[in-house]
Amino acid sequence: MTPVQAIIAKELRGYFVSPIVYVVGAVFLFIFGLLSYLYVGFAGAQAIQLMQMQQGGMAQINLNDLVFRNLFASMRIVLVIILPILTMRLFAEERKLRTFEFLMTSPIRIHEIVVGKFVSVFLIYLGLVGLTVLVPTVLMLFSDFDWNPIWTGYVGMVLLGALFLSVGLFASALTENQIVAAFVSFGMLLTIWLIAGLGSLFGDTTTGRVISYVSYMEHYERLVRGLIDTSDLLYFGSGLVLMLFLTHRVVESTRWK
Amino acid sequence: MIDVHNITKRYGHHTAIDRVTFSVAKGEVLAFLGPNGAGKTTTMRILTCFMPATEGTARVAGFDCADQPLEVKRQIGYLPETPPVYQELTVAEYLTFVGRLRGITGPKLSSALDQSIGRLELGSVRHRLIGNLSRGYRQRVGLAQALLHDPPVLILDEPTVGLDPKQIIEIRELIKSLAGSHSVILSTHILPEATAVCQRVVIINKGRIVAEDTPEQLSARLRQSEKVSITLKACPVDCEMKLRAIPGVLNVFPGQAGGSFLLECELGRDLRDEIARVAVLSQWGLLELRTVSMTLEDVFLQLTRHEDHLSEPPEAAVSMVSAEKTEA
Repeated sequence: MTPVQAIIAKELRGYFVSPIVYVVGAVFLFIFGLLSYLYVGFAGAQAIQLMQMQQGGMAQINLNDLVFRNLFASMRIVLVIILPILTMRLFAEERKLRTFEFLMTSPIRIHEIVVGKFVSVFLIYLGLVGLTVLVPTVLMLFSDFDWNPIWTGYVGMVLLGALFLSVGLFASALTENQIVAAFVSFGMLLTIWLIAGLGSLFGDTTTGRVISYVSYMEHYERLVRGLIDTSDLLYFGSGLVLMLFLTHRVVESTRWK
Repeated sequence: MIDVHNITKRYGHHTAIDRVTFSVAKGEVLAFLGPNGAGKTTTMRILTCFMPATEGTARVAGFDCADQPLEVKRQIGYLPETPPVYQELTVAEYLTFVGRLRGITGPKLSSALDQSIGRLELGSVRHRLIGNLSRGYRQRVGLAQALLHDPPVLILDEPTVGLDPKQIIEIRELIKSLAGSHSVILSTHILPEATAVCQRVVIINKGRIVAEDTPEQLSARLRQSEKVSITLKACPVDCEMKLRAIPGVLNVFPGQAGGSFLLECELGRDLRDEIARVAVLSQWGLLELRTVSMTLEDVFLQLTRHEDHLSEPPEAAVSMVSAEKTEA
């Protein structure tokens, strides 16, 4: 077992003995289920209206548009609120409990610590997202829809989550207080969200497009609509690498204080 | 094994340690003695590559702390002030994690685990969560962590804090048994500990080394006079005067109990037989006669308490040290 794997195993163990994963997981799955139920309910109501208008003919309801697109779009705000709770302990707790000094004096490199911690929380997130595949699977039994935009939606949710987790990891490295860490990442994520609004103020100008590109909104939306664009993948990939790099710098800089 | 040359650490305008120089030979146990806030922990953190020195160089086993931190970290077992344990892991899980971080795997890891658990007598709590253990056990788990990979260099920041007296003796025995094969630096502000386990003591105060020597030589060096304590059965009024009249006696202080006196004699002269002769001839009834040696405690207080002593340039202390070294 390499040091990185050792850190991943230890972090996973830490998550599962604390109540965080259970609480966050339960809330996440409950909200996902509730939102699915609501959107399916709306879709059903619309189907009934359509059938009445068409006088008995079977109406074709597009579940992709009415349920899944809305569902994935709503998950953004859920992730903004929930993921900082998952990441807040990663570095803050080590510093509070003085195990940080032990990690830093172990013969491992800082990037191994950062990557190990990120991968551990990302695996937990993947597990939670994996469980939500139950919803489209159940709906498949009763209805017909296109799986392709659903898969791209999941790709979007995984990439968006990875970006949020890296922002949370960065915030956790800044402080030894977990509440502060959660709040800082919450604030950062909302700010990046609102940058999209700032971009739209400039309209369809170069400035506007550049500002909007910084926000995750348009990149995520395209994936949810079923479009896989290299520039969006590049956005999430580079954002992730940037945040992990900044985390590395912050952890490194604590040595100089 | 450890070479520290002129390291200085500044936090903003505050100088935590100032031109500290010392070295530890292979197999030697060195005590780092000083009041709280003297710079002990800072020095140890620099040696373990947790933080870099502002100036100066530190080398461990030939590797430079600033340039080859990974190599240095491999050579060191480190117990920080607070035992670095994860409360959500059991003792065995924690030590396994530590071993894996250090790249120990497979059967090597399990034998290292058994050895360090045995050494610190943690067998009975092996599968208990560290969060549920007492302070003393956590401290021992921290020590087990430092010893796990059998490092050539051990840096222990107050290793016996939080232990009960029996455990303190056991840990001291353990540290003594490490001498010879391991180089150990331990910091403490408990003086008998330094005398009990260390071959050499470095006294640090306000970031500066004020003395460095064996515990015996330190007390010998700072002794300004020989002191002899006597107890007499009968002490007529003139006995103090008679004692004073003995050539070489500088001063006589009456002790707390009736009939006891503390005699200050010229440095380097043993006046015990002379004093005994006078006492017997005068028929005072000599009950006790012994030399009083300065304890490390006295040395420590003398070195760290008196501001006037400290305001002397550190060169004085350093030259004292080097003079002592050349004599040896």
